[in-house]
Amino acid sequence: MSEIDEQLCAELQKHGVWVTSIQELYNWGRKNSIWPLQFGLACCAIEMIATAASRYDIARFGGEIFRPSPRQADLMIVAGTVTKKMAPQIVRLYNQMAEPKYVIAMGACAISGGPFKQGYNVLKGIDRYIPVDVYIPGCPPRPEALLHAFMELQRKIDEQKLTGASKAEHLDPKQPSEFPVPAFGKHDLEPPANPDVFHPPVLERQS
Amino acid sequence: MTPDPYLFLVIFVGVALVFPLIPLGLAWLWRRFFQPPKPGPDKLSIYECGVESVGDAQIQFRSQYYLYAIIFLIFDVEAVFLVPFAVAFTGLPVGAFIAILIFLLLLLEGLVWAWGKGCLSWQR
Repeated sequence: MSEIDEQLCAELQKHGVWVTSIQELYNWGRKNSIWPLQFGLACCAIEMIATAASRYDIARFGGEIFRPSPRQADLMIVAGTVTKKMAPQIVRLYNQMAEPKYVIAMGACAISGGPFKQGYNVLKGIDRYIPVDVYIPGCPPRPEALLHAFMELQRKIDEQKLTGASKAEHLDPKQPSEFPVPAFGKHDLEPPANPDVFHPPVLERQS
Repeated sequence: MTPDPYLFLVIFVGVALVFPLIPLGLAWLWRRFFQPPKPGPDKLSIYECGVESVGDAQIQFRSQYYLYAIIFLIFDVEAVFLVPFAVAFTGLPVGAFIAILIFLLLLLEGLVWAWGKGCLSWQR
């Protein structure tokens, strides 16, 4: 799959000839038919529903087919507060999704616990257990923000490579497709975070 | 020379075979060359709602429920009869009123009988 000369491509397009590669065709098809998992956790789900409804209409981006089964879904929108009771179910649902799969963490709660971060029962961000592709801040984020995240995800999918050293994760046989499901411990989920996935930012204070 | 009228059927059968086989073959080629399969215990599990399935699907329900179902059904049908009776109540002769009263009393007697038999108390 060699690189195509972009200038030649543009020149040919003027004459009505489209030149593409399998990679571009594959990514073009994938990014315009992202089927989200029909899965809402809290108030962000209302915004997600609004995004899917006629006013904001996620169908314009090819994402209107919300699937109630993880087997048919490409995208998991973690919309809302993730309680520690719910976290194992979310990880299991993510594990049951077919590859390639993507995650949007929608809202402050899904990112970090949000306003309920101090709560004993609230998971402080779903990225402790599963890899997140796009984070949307907001409480809750407006439908426009979700659409923006969707477009960012489309951009990410469009740039994924089929071959080579930097190929997409789902095409790499060494990259895991399932992540360990946390168990209910005596006081907290065990483990409290998956060290393979969770890389919290290190603050570097300038003195 | 006119073509055999069954020729179209043969063509249809051919198209019906090739049409699904092309995407299946393409998917197989894709898996063969690009997408490594990644099975796992969660992905291969049967139930797919995030909750682990417990026990067997082939369980038996208690037969206790059927008594309630039968009694409910009788009074459900009674309601169906009562609605047209209530709608046409003002224009009905005395005979019709007595008839529906007998019908109600029969059902009431059945309820009293079921009650007396102990059908309404939950047996463990």
